[in-house]
Amino acid sequence: MRKAKIVNVALVGNPNTGKTSLFNQLTGLNQKVGNYPGITVDKKTGTCKINQNLVAEIIDLPGTYSINPTSLDETIVLETLLNEDSLTHPDVVIVVAEVENLKRNLLLFSQIKDLGLPTILAINMADQMDKKGISIDLAQLKQELKSEVVLISARKKQGIDTLKSLIENFETWNTEPIANISNKIDSDFFAELKTTFPNNSLYKSWLYITQFEYFNFLSSEDKNNVTKLRDNINKIKQFQHKETIYRYQIINDILQKVYKKDKLIAKDLRSRLDRILTHKIFGYVIFATIMLLIFQSIFEWASLPMDLIDILFANLSEFTKNNLPSGPLTNLIAEGVIPGIGGVVIFIPQIAILFLFIAILEETGYMSRVVFLMDKIMRKFGMSGKSVIPLISGTACAIPAIMASRNINGWKERLITILVIPFTTCSARLPVYAILIALIIPKQRVLGIFNLQGLTLMALYLLGFAAAIASAMLLNKTLKVQNRSFFVIEMPNYKLPSIKNVFYTIVEKTKAFIFGAGKIILALSVVLWFLASNGSTSFQNAEEHIKSQPENIALSETALNKKISSYKLKHSYIGYLGRTIEPAIEPMGYDWKIGIALISSFAAREVFVGALATIYSVESDGYSVGTIKERMAAEVNSEGEKRFNFATGISLLLFYAFAMQCIGTLAIVKRETNSWKWPILQLVGMGILAYVVSVIAYTILS
Amino acid sequence: MNNSIANLKVGEKGIIEEICTDIIPLNLLEMGCLPGQIVQLIQIAPLKDPLYIKVNGSHLAIRQDMAKQIKVTPL
Repeated sequence: MRKAKIVNVALVGNPNTGKTSLFNQLTGLNQKVGNYPGITVDKKTGTCKINQNLVAEIIDLPGTYSINPTSLDETIVLETLLNEDSLTHPDVVIVVAEVENLKRNLLLFSQIKDLGLPTILAINMADQMDKKGISIDLAQLKQELKSEVVLISARKKQGIDTLKSLIENFETWNTEPIANISNKIDSDFFAELKTTFPNNSLYKSWLYITQFEYFNFLSSEDKNNVTKLRDNINKIKQFQHKETIYRYQIINDILQKVYKKDKLIAKDLRSRLDRILTHKIFGYVIFATIMLLIFQSIFEWASLPMDLIDILFANLSEFTKNNLPSGPLTNLIAEGVIPGIGGVVIFIPQIAILFLFIAILEETGYMSRVVFLMDKIMRKFGMSGKSVIPLISGTACAIPAIMASRNINGWKERLITILVIPFTTCSARLPVYAILIALIIPKQRVLGIFNLQGLTLMALYLLGFAAAIASAMLLNKTLKVQNRSFFVIEMPNYKLPSIKNVFYTIVEKTKAFIFGAGKIILALSVVLWFLASNGSTSFQNAEEHIKSQPENIALSETALNKKISSYKLKHSYIGYLGRTIEPAIEPMGYDWKIGIALISSFAAREVFVGALATIYSVESDGYSVGTIKERMAAEVNSEGEKRFNFATGISLLLFYAFAMQCIGTLAIVKRETNSWKWPILQLVGMGILAYVVSVIAYTILS
Repeated sequence: MNNSIANLKVGEKGIIEEICTDIIPLNLLEMGCLPGQIVQLIQIAPLKDPLYIKVNGSHLAIRQDMAKQIKVTPL
C-alpha cells in the first residue's frame, strides 16, 4: 500500500465558536495532548483521514480573538502560524467562525488570510440559521473573501465531509490577501517594510514589527532590521488601531452584501437569563448554591470509588507480595510502586468530578457571568474575576488549578492567584484532616443538627480560603510587579453543553494530572519506601538485637515482629532524619515519629496517614482508619501522656492547613512562572507561617 | 462634554466618538469596540464594576476605568 501524504492542518478560531467540537468531530479519539517546547500550554493534536492518499495532522490551537496575543495561550497561535521552521507549521488553516458573531470572527479570518497561507473559513452552528433568522449568500462570500467557505454544524456532524473534500485541493486555493494594509495606513512605511523583507507576505512582516518580542526564531540580521523599523512605538500603535478599523470596514462592506438577519425572529433568552444570573442578590445566591452543590458532589460521589481504589491497590500489593518470589524487587513493587500508583489513582474520581462541573459551567457560558459577578470583589485582593475558577479548582488539586490560571491577562493578578492557590484545601489534605479530627474532636452534635467533627472540617476549609485571601491582600500590597491588566471578557450566548466536549475535557484534564503530578508522587513514594526500608548496621541487625533482649523472649511471634519493624524504622535512614529534626519540631508538640510522617508527606500530604500506619507498625489492612486511629489514640509520650492530645492534634491540623507540602505544585509553579523565585517563596513563606502558627497554637493549648 | 460609557444608564445607547490609542488596548478594538459604532450598556455588575456592554454585535464586559476612557455621544 502506498503511504498517504500528510498535511498539517491548524484549527484557529475565537473562543466559544465550537472549534473544539469540530476538533473532536474530525479526530475522534485519535487525539493526544502534549506540550509546546519550553512552556506548559497544552498542545492538542490528532489525525484525520481526508481520503485514501491524504492524512491530516490536525492541531487545535488555543482560542483567540486576534492574531495579536494578549495572553500566554494566544502567543502559541502567532508562533505556530508564523514560524515556518516549526514542526507544527500548518500547510492549511481552518478558521472556525460562528454564524451569529460572524463579523467579529471575520477579523481573525482576515488577519490569517493575509499571512498568505491556504485558509478556509468554516462557519459553525449553521443549523441554527433558520431559527435565528440568518441567511448568507455563500457564493458571494467566497468571492469577496477570495477563499473557500463551508457551512458546518460540528455538533450535528453536518458539513464535515464537505470540509474534508475541500481540503483535498488546498494546493489550488487562492492565497491573496483581503486587506491592502499598505495603501490604507501609511504607504511609505509599508514600502520600506516590503523592501526589507521581500520574500514575506506584507502582513507577516508587519507582525514581525508589532509582535517583535515573540519572534525568537528570526535571524539576527532580521532582528536588527525590525528594531530599526519599530523605533517609534506610538506610531506603530496608531497604525495597529488604523489597521483594525480598516479591517472592520472591509468586513462590514462584505457582510452588508451577503449577510441578512431578520431581527424579529431573534429571541431573547440571553437577556432574561442574564438578568437573573447576574442579579445583585439572586446572582450570588445561585453562584453560592452551585458551589455548594459542586463541593457536596465531589465528596459524596467520589468517596465510594476512592474507597474501592484504596482496597483494590491494598489487595494488589498483598497479592504481589504473596505470589512473587520474595526479594528486594518484589518488595519494591509491592511496597513502593503499587502504593505509589495507588496514591495517584485515588485522586482521579475527585478530579474527574470537579472538571465535569467546570466543563459544564464553561460550555453553558455561565462561567463568564461568574467572572462578571466576582471581578470587583477579587480585585480588592489583587486578583481578577478570572481567579475564581482556579481557586475553586484548587479544592480538588492545586496542579490543574494553577494551569487554569493561564487565561488571566494581567501578570500581577495571575501571579498572586498562582501563589495563593496552595492554601485552598486540596483533596490530599482530606485524609490527614479526617484522621486527626476523628482523634481529637469528640463525636457530638451541636445545636441538635450539626456534627462537631463536620463543623471542624468546614472550619478548616474556610481557614484555607481565608489564608488565601489574606495572603493575596498582603502580596497585592508588597509585590512590585509591573501590571498592565486589560480586562475584557466576552459574555457568550447561553448554550446547552455538549456531552462529547465535556467528556473530552474530563479525559484531557485527568490525563494531565496523572502524567504531570502523578509521576512525581510515584517517584517520591519509591524514594520514601527505600529510605524507610534501608538503614545502617543497627537496621540490618534489628532482628538479632530484638531477639537477644531478655524481656522479649516471652513475646508471641506477632508481637515480636511488630517490635522488630518498629526498631527497624527507628534505625532506617528516614528514622535518622526524623530524629534529627526532632528538636525543631518539639515546640509544635511532635516527636520523631510524627517527624517521619512530616518528612514523608513533604512529597504529597496524603502520605502522612500511610506513613503513620507504617510507623506505628499497624497492619494497614486497606488503610482502615479504625485500626490506625486506635493505635494513634493509644500512643503515649515519655511522660505517659497521650501523644495525640488536643494541643498536638490542633497544631498538626494547622500545620497541614498552611504548609506547602507538595512537590508537584512547586514544580508546576516553577514551570508556569518560569522562575524558581516564586515556588521558593511559597515553600519558605508557607513553611514559616505553618511553623509559627503551630507553635503558638500548641503553646497556648498545652 | 464628558460623556463616557461609564456615564450611560442601563439600557442607554451611545455612539463611540474617539478611542485614545495610548490607553485603550488593541484587543478591545479587535473585539468590535470601534469609533462610530453604537454601544449599549446592558448591565452593571452588583458592585458597580465591571460593565456589561453590547457593541458591534459583541457582548463584552469591561472595567469602569476602561469604560471611562471611551467617549460616547448618548443617543
